[in-house]
Amino acid sequence: MIGGPQGSGINVSAEVFAKACLRFGLNVFANIEYHSNIMGRHSFFRVRISENEIHSHVEPVDLLLALDRETIFGDVDAPFQTHNGHIHRISPGGGLIVDSELDIDPEELGRDDIHIYSLPYEQVLREGVARAGVQFQARRHDIMRNMVSVAASFALVGLDTDPIIAILRERLGERRASLVDLNAAVIDVTHGYMHSLLEEPFGPTLTPAPADGRPHRALVRGAEAVALGKLHAGCSFQTYYPIAPATEESVFLERIQSEFPIVVLQAEDEIACINQAVGAAFGGARAATSTAGPGFALMLEGLGLAAITETPGPVVCLYQRGGPSTGLPTRGGQTDLRLALQPGHGEFPHIVVAPGDLQECFDLTFEAFNWGDEYQLPVVVLLDRHMANSNWSVDGLEVDHLEVRSGPRFDPLNGNGKFERHEVTESGVSPRSVPGEPGGEFVTTSDEHTTYGKISESIENRMEQMEKRMRKLDTIAAEVPDGLKYELHGDPEAEFTVVAWGSTKGAIRDALASLGRRGISANYLQLRMLRPFPAEAVARILNESKNLILVEDNFTGQLGRLIAAETGITIEDRVLKYDGRPFSQTEVEHGVERHIAGGVGRLVLSHP
Amino acid sequence: MPVAQVEKLTARSFASDVQPDWCPGCGDFGIINAVRQALAELQIPPHMVAIVSGIGCSGKAPHYITTYGFHTLHGRALPVATGLKLANGEVTVLAMGGDGDGYGIGAGYFVNTGRRNLDITYIVFNNGVYGLTKGQASPTQIKGQQTKSMAEPAIQDAINPIGLALSAGYTFVARAYAMDPRGLAKILVEAISHRGTAYIDVLQPCPVYNDINTMEWFSGRDRDPRVPRVYDVASEGHEPKVQDPSDAEEIVAKKQKALQYSFAWGDRIPIGTFFQLEQPAYDDIMFSRWPDEPDTTTSMYKRATPGQDISAIVDRLR
Repeated sequence: MIGGPQGSGINVSAEVFAKACLRFGLNVFANIEYHSNIMGRHSFFRVRISENEIHSHVEPVDLLLALDRETIFGDVDAPFQTHNGHIHRISPGGGLIVDSELDIDPEELGRDDIHIYSLPYEQVLREGVARAGVQFQARRHDIMRNMVSVAASFALVGLDTDPIIAILRERLGERRASLVDLNAAVIDVTHGYMHSLLEEPFGPTLTPAPADGRPHRALVRGAEAVALGKLHAGCSFQTYYPIAPATEESVFLERIQSEFPIVVLQAEDEIACINQAVGAAFGGARAATSTAGPGFALMLEGLGLAAITETPGPVVCLYQRGGPSTGLPTRGGQTDLRLALQPGHGEFPHIVVAPGDLQECFDLTFEAFNWGDEYQLPVVVLLDRHMANSNWSVDGLEVDHLEVRSGPRFDPLNGNGKFERHEVTESGVSPRSVPGEPGGEFVTTSDEHTTYGKISESIENRMEQMEKRMRKLDTIAAEVPDGLKYELHGDPEAEFTVVAWGSTKGAIRDALASLGRRGISANYLQLRMLRPFPAEAVARILNESKNLILVEDNFTGQLGRLIAAETGITIEDRVLKYDGRPFSQTEVEHGVERHIAGGVGRLVLSHP
Repeated sequence: MPVAQVEKLTARSFASDVQPDWCPGCGDFGIINAVRQALAELQIPPHMVAIVSGIGCSGKAPHYITTYGFHTLHGRALPVATGLKLANGEVTVLAMGGDGDGYGIGAGYFVNTGRRNLDITYIVFNNGVYGLTKGQASPTQIKGQQTKSMAEPAIQDAINPIGLALSAGYTFVARAYAMDPRGLAKILVEAISHRGTAYIDVLQPCPVYNDINTMEWFSGRDRDPRVPRVYDVASEGHEPKVQDPSDAEEIVAKKQKALQYSFAWGDRIPIGTFFQLEQPAYDDIMFSRWPDEPDTTTSMYKRATPGQDISAIVDRLR
C-alpha cells in the first residue's frame, strides 16, 4: 500500500509498480481510495500481488509506503479526526518505508514487530541525477520521487527493476530517452540503497513466473473494460456529464475516439445526456451514456421515453457511489439497485444487469447493445465505484464467445408510406426503420400511441400497447441464456450459500477459496440479471441450499428485498456494509465465519 | 433499394393524413404549412428529414408532416435532435417546441445547443402562454401583463429569447410571424440551408389563451391607422450576415445591431433574419477528428461495426 496526500503522485507509483509486477507474470489486484478533493487530502492505493489468482484486496498489508505522517498516524491534528492511519494495518513481519525527512521516531510507531526502512528520498534522488550527469533541480526532478517509491518496494519484495525501466521507456518513448535514463539512474541508486538497508531478507517476497513467451498481461480497470465492451459492440455515440466515478469511462473513450468511429459528447447535464443518447439510438446508432447515482436520478424521464417509443437502447452505465444526494462522491456502495429497477414513473420494460468482474463488464456491456437492438428498450448496466476504479490483471479480454445480434428491421419492399412502427407482435418487438430509409417514415411519441405511432387515449389501444411492451420481459426471460442471468459458483452441495450481485464478486471468490482451504464448504450464487429477474431458478437454488448468507454493500439489503419480492424467500443472515468502502476478502471471510458460528442475523461491517 | 423520387415534391407531399387537433385560428397551422413549403422548395424527400418536437401544442407538429418524426419530452427536443443529428448526419433535422418548452423547462438546452453549432434548425412556437395546460404565463409573458386565464398579472418578467440566442452563440438567428407562412417559409429555406444551428422564434398567436398578443394586435387592426406591428428588418436595410467571419469586430457589431432589434416590442416588432455567421459546424469539426477518413458525409451510425476489433487498445494496457 502506498499512501500520501492527493496529488503527490501515488497513482503513478502504484500503477507503474503494478504493471511492472505483471511483467514478471504475477497476478495483480489494485484499487485506490481518495477524497473528493483535488490536492492535499489523504489518499491511498492498494496493490495486491500474488503468484496465485486473486480478485480482491486483503487486510492487513505486508508493506506500507508512507509519503506523509498522516498515512502512518491518521489526521491526528484535525479537529474531527477521520482516520487513524495505516500503521496498525501492517501485518506482523511486514515493512514500512518512510521518507527519512519525515523524522519518524520508531518509538512513536508503537510497532516492534515490523521492519522500518527510513529512505532518504532527496539523497537518492540527488545521487541518481548526479550519476546521470545532470545538475539537480528540485522543481524538475522531484517528480521522480514516484520512481524512488517503486524501486524501493521492488528491492524489498526481491524483484529486479528492469521492467520498471521498460515501462517508462514505453510511456515516454524514444524521443524522451534521456528522461528514461535519468529515471533509470534514480531507480538504480534507490534499489542499491534499499539493499544496503536490508540486514535480513524482507519476509514476503515474490517469485516471478517462468517466462513462457506469452504476451505481457494487461492491467485493466472496470471502467476500461466497459468502454472496450462498448467499442467492440460498435457503439458510435456516448454522452456524459462529468461525475465521479463514471467519468473515467468516458474520458478513456474520448482519448481513443480518433481511432474508432465514435462520438463522445460532453453534455450540459445528465438530462441532455440521456436524451441525446435516445436521439442517437432513434437515429440508428448503438448509443450509450454513463453516469453515477445523482446523474441517473436526472435521467429517469429519458429512460421512460426510450421505453414507450421502443427506441433500441440506449445503454446506460450506472456507476453507483455512496448516496443519498451528493453522499460520498468518491466512495462506493451498491446503493442504487432499487432505483435501477424502477427508473422512472409509469410501468415499462427494461433490462438491468450487474457485472461482477472485468470480463463480465466487457461481456454484459457488449450484450446490452444486442439486447437494446433485439428488444428495443433501455438497458442499465449497474456498476459501482469499486468496479470502475479497481485494476485487475488479465491475459486479455475474451471476445470469441460474443456474437453480434440485431433486432427485426423494416422491409422497404412492404413500405407504402404507412409503416406500422409499433405493430403488435407475439414477442412484443416490432420491426424498426431508421431515418433516411425511404418508405420507413414514421412518427413516434412519448404519449401513448397507436401501432402507427399516433397519439391515442383509446382504452383498447392503451391495453394492447401496454401488453405488447411489457411482453418483451417474457421474451427476454425466455431468450437470454441462464449463464448471463446468474451463476452458482462452487459445490452445489455446500453447507453455506453466499448470495450477492455486482462488484462484491472478487472478494467473495477469494474469501470462499480461502475458507475452502480451511475446510469450510460454501458456494456463491451470483445474480447478473436483476430485471427481468430469474425468479424460478433463484427460488430453486435457494430452496436447495442449506444456509443462506446475503452479502451486499448497502444498508437495506436491496438484493435481499428483490429476492423476497420475487421468490417469497427471506434471507435473514446478512453481511452488510455502508461505510462507502468496498468489501475486502478479509471482511467477507470474517462475515461468513460469524454467520457460520450462528445467531448473527444482520451483521454490519465497517472499515477498521 | 431506395425508391427513385421522380415526382417533384410539393407542400402537399409533406402533409400527413392526421387531422391537427389545434384550435381554429391557431398560429401553429401557419407554421406547419411553412415547414411543408420550405421542405418542398428545398426538394428534400420526406425520408431524409426528421422532425423532433417537445411537449405542448407545438409538440404535435411532427404528426402532421410525412417525414420521420419524434415527439419527445417537455423541454428535451434539442438534446434528442442533437443525438439524432450526430448519429445520422445524412438526415436534415428540425427541432420544434413551444416557448415554455424551449425557454422554460428546456432553457438549459436552448443555451447549450447554441454553443455547439451543430447543423440543425430549431423552430420555437412562441405564443406567451402554456396553452395545453390552459393558459398559464410562459417565459415570454411580459411583467404586468395578464392574459385571459391568469389569476394575477405576471410578476416574473419575460426573457429576451433572441438576445439569449445571440449570447449563446447561435449562428443563424431569426424571428418570423406565424400568420405570414410565406415569409416564414422563406426564412426556413435559409435556416435549413445554413450550415450550423439555425434558430427561429416564431410569433404565434394563441387565439384561446393569449387575448393580448392576438392576430388583430400583431397585424395592427386594433389601431388607427391600421399599420401592422410586425415589420421586416430587411425593410430598414438590416444586413444580418457577417461578411468576414474572421473579423471579430464585425461579428460583435452585427450582434449588437441584432441585439438592439431584439429588445423592440409593442408598437413596432421586428421580424426577419437578425444575424447570420458562417463558421465551421460541430459536425465538420467532429469529422476532422478522423483526418485519414476523407468521407465526411456518411452517418456515424453506418461507420461503426458491431464486433470491431479492440485488441490494439487492450495491448496498450499491457
